[in-house]
Amino acid sequence: MSTTMTHDAGHHEEHPTGIKRWLFTTNHKDIGTLYLWFSFTMFLIGGTFALVIRAELFEPGLQIVNPQFFNMMTTMHGLVMIFGAIMPGFVGLANWQIPLMVGAPDMALPRMNNWSFWLLPFAATMLVAPMFMGAHFMDGNGPWFGWTFYAPLSLQYNHLAYFVFAIHLLGISSIMGAINIIATILNMRAPGMTLMKMPLFVWTWLITAFLLIAVMPVLAGCVTMLLTDKYFGTSFFNAAGGGDPVLFQHVFWFFGHPEVYIMILPAFGIVSQIIPTFARKKLFGYSSMVYATASIAFLSFIVWAHHMFTVGMPVAGELFFMYATVLIAVPTGVKVFNWVATMWRGSMTFEPPMLWAISFVFLFTIGGLSGIMLAVVPADVQYQDTYFVVAHFHYVLVTGALFGIIGAVYYWLPKWTGNMYSDKLAKWHFWLSLVSVNLTFFPMHFTGLAGMPRRYADYPLEFTRFNQWSSVGAFIFGFSQLLLLILVIKCIRGGQKATSEVWEGAEGLEWTVPSPAPYHTFAIAPEVK
Amino acid sequence: MSESHGGYYLPQPSYWPLVGSVGLFLALGGFAHFLVDHGSPLWMISGFVILAIMMFGWFGTVIHESGSGAYNAQVDRSFRMGMAWFIFSEVMFFAAFFGALFYMRIFAEPWLGGASNNFFTHQWLYPDYVAHWPSNGPGTVGGKFGQMPAWGLPAINTLILLSSGVTVTWAHWGLKKNNRGQLILGLFMTVALGALFVGLQAFEYHHAYTELNLKLSTGAYGSTFFMLTGFHGLHVTIGAIMLLVVLLRSVKGHFSPHHHFAFEAAAWYWHFVDVVWLGLFIFVYWLA
Repeated sequence: MSTTMTHDAGHHEEHPTGIKRWLFTTNHKDIGTLYLWFSFTMFLIGGTFALVIRAELFEPGLQIVNPQFFNMMTTMHGLVMIFGAIMPGFVGLANWQIPLMVGAPDMALPRMNNWSFWLLPFAATMLVAPMFMGAHFMDGNGPWFGWTFYAPLSLQYNHLAYFVFAIHLLGISSIMGAINIIATILNMRAPGMTLMKMPLFVWTWLITAFLLIAVMPVLAGCVTMLLTDKYFGTSFFNAAGGGDPVLFQHVFWFFGHPEVYIMILPAFGIVSQIIPTFARKKLFGYSSMVYATASIAFLSFIVWAHHMFTVGMPVAGELFFMYATVLIAVPTGVKVFNWVATMWRGSMTFEPPMLWAISFVFLFTIGGLSGIMLAVVPADVQYQDTYFVVAHFHYVLVTGALFGIIGAVYYWLPKWTGNMYSDKLAKWHFWLSLVSVNLTFFPMHFTGLAGMPRRYADYPLEFTRFNQWSSVGAFIFGFSQLLLLILVIKCIRGGQKATSEVWEGAEGLEWTVPSPAPYHTFAIAPEVK
Repeated sequence: MSESHGGYYLPQPSYWPLVGSVGLFLALGGFAHFLVDHGSPLWMISGFVILAIMMFGWFGTVIHESGSGAYNAQVDRSFRMGMAWFIFSEVMFFAAFFGALFYMRIFAEPWLGGASNNFFTHQWLYPDYVAHWPSNGPGTVGGKFGQMPAWGLPAINTLILLSSGVTVTWAHWGLKKNNRGQLILGLFMTVALGALFVGLQAFEYHHAYTELNLKLSTGAYGSTFFMLTGFHGLHVTIGAIMLLVVLLRSVKGHFSPHHHFAFEAAAWYWHFVDVVWLGLFIFVYWLA
């Protein structure tokens, strides 16, 4: 093709300075940085909500907040963490790493990339704003119906339109981000990098992006039906008009189940990058990893009603969704087996990224196994809406998704900043997090099995001891994350210079560019053998 | 796969995305303010005005860059992938509403009438309700209504949209043969047919509201009928605006037989809108 003009080729490191650099940027590294800082900010906000919950649940009875406010905290904690922290965290990693890992000069559609990010602060503002719309500070006008916003409960919320449009904005951002990622991966790879030579982080993101484009519009349709039921007199979720409240749950979970894989597949990719590096072996079963990821993505579309086993579905439906759900254990088991087999007889060292990756394999598997328990219909009748469910999805989302993101930050941070971080601080952060996260969530299995329901501000006396452990663990975990903030800031400001390769056993294109990665990389495509 | 990274066009920093975010925020936040607080609609209107300005500015920049030859074949492929996946996302948006329609007809209505294991629910809640479609439920929400027949205006609208699919393809043939007259005439006919479709749809809505007592608030049937046809009509309007812009650009001579992605993107979108209509015609009108 013609080599007409590359605008930035002539003036390589030039970009606007100050606030304009960040507001108007079309650079994938800048946008990745913005995503990651946004994600971390939302992580602290959502974490604060969680600590309000845990403080209230330290003792039975009502001590700190009223039940309405408590409901708002559980709802906002879920929404902020899912849509504000985890999803943008992964998109930030994709922005930084995918062009570096496939040898592309930038994302395929750089201006749209900017828009994907800069919708997020506005969406987050609209989501949080109703919390402050009242006579008094934090009056409790924020969403209070659980992050799943089931109709008809959510239809009673008097600020519903703000919530609906916040979800629309988040969805538009996600879809544009996903389109960009797919176009980058399919169109911008360096010559010689065939699909089956792509790093697994890239593969998992390709499949994740497909899931995003498939289900975010369904979520948009779902909230739109809520909006018209509330304000324009439609009867989608109104049985008297021939609709059905259960329809809401079907539409919501058709989005919601692929959504949970959207939050875990990129973490699978990250772990599949980290473990081979520090085991100094090639990833065991590369192609089976790709097929397993694709199988999980396919299955995610036909299991949604396992979130609804007690809603009154026909038995045939219960059976279908139970068997389909249990099937997911097969490709997931393939993955866990491959990670362990990669470590088998490897020359392992335990740098911080490896610690997070190994703990991911252990703890995510716990979450996966409790998932199989929940998938079994007769058992689920007992577990549903108890703290057992809370324990399950925090094992997959905190020690799964979040540990994946943190592991990725430790893995690639020297590439981003050009400096090594403090190993000592990193190990403090890891071990405090590891112990406290289990102290927080492991007892929830027991409170759940003993029958403590989710989403209540109060509980009977006999649950006190386990709840106190959870609360103590939560506060240690929450404050430990400030160590990560300190570590990152220190790493940006200086430290031992990182080499290009950073890690001894690291393989891949991102380790061929200097650390820190220059503002523009791979203006000329590298050759992949 | 890439052959020429050296030539991949990377745009300079741009303020249009941020303008778009402010516009969308004002448009949607203003709409919510209007619905929730019964506030002034001016916020919403200003948001849409800013969005319109953003589109002029952003697309104008792209057209300028394209005209100056900045985009090579690889950039063109990125645009194609972007548009194709965007249309896929639109398909999934409609799928949510079609899914709601199928769920209501296959499950919700029979169950309200006591089918499957709902005998007692039916006995206690709605003993007089006999499942049927079109339905506005056991509460006859919205009152007695008339059904919209398939073989009047909707059939004519089907013909109109299918014809417009032919005319836009004919215009494409003209463009590829470098026959500008055929291109412009074909596009003009397509836009005209699109406008005629929207006009007839408005007439049908008027008929439904004034003579059939069929409204958005007419239970399950009214909800699915108006939401599906309404969103489709909105998409026809958007597609027609896209084609109109392409028409104006054709008059200005922007496109060459080998370089006309904007035309193709608008045409793809138009065919997508066409296919959605066929689904609507079958499942909303015909098999109702």
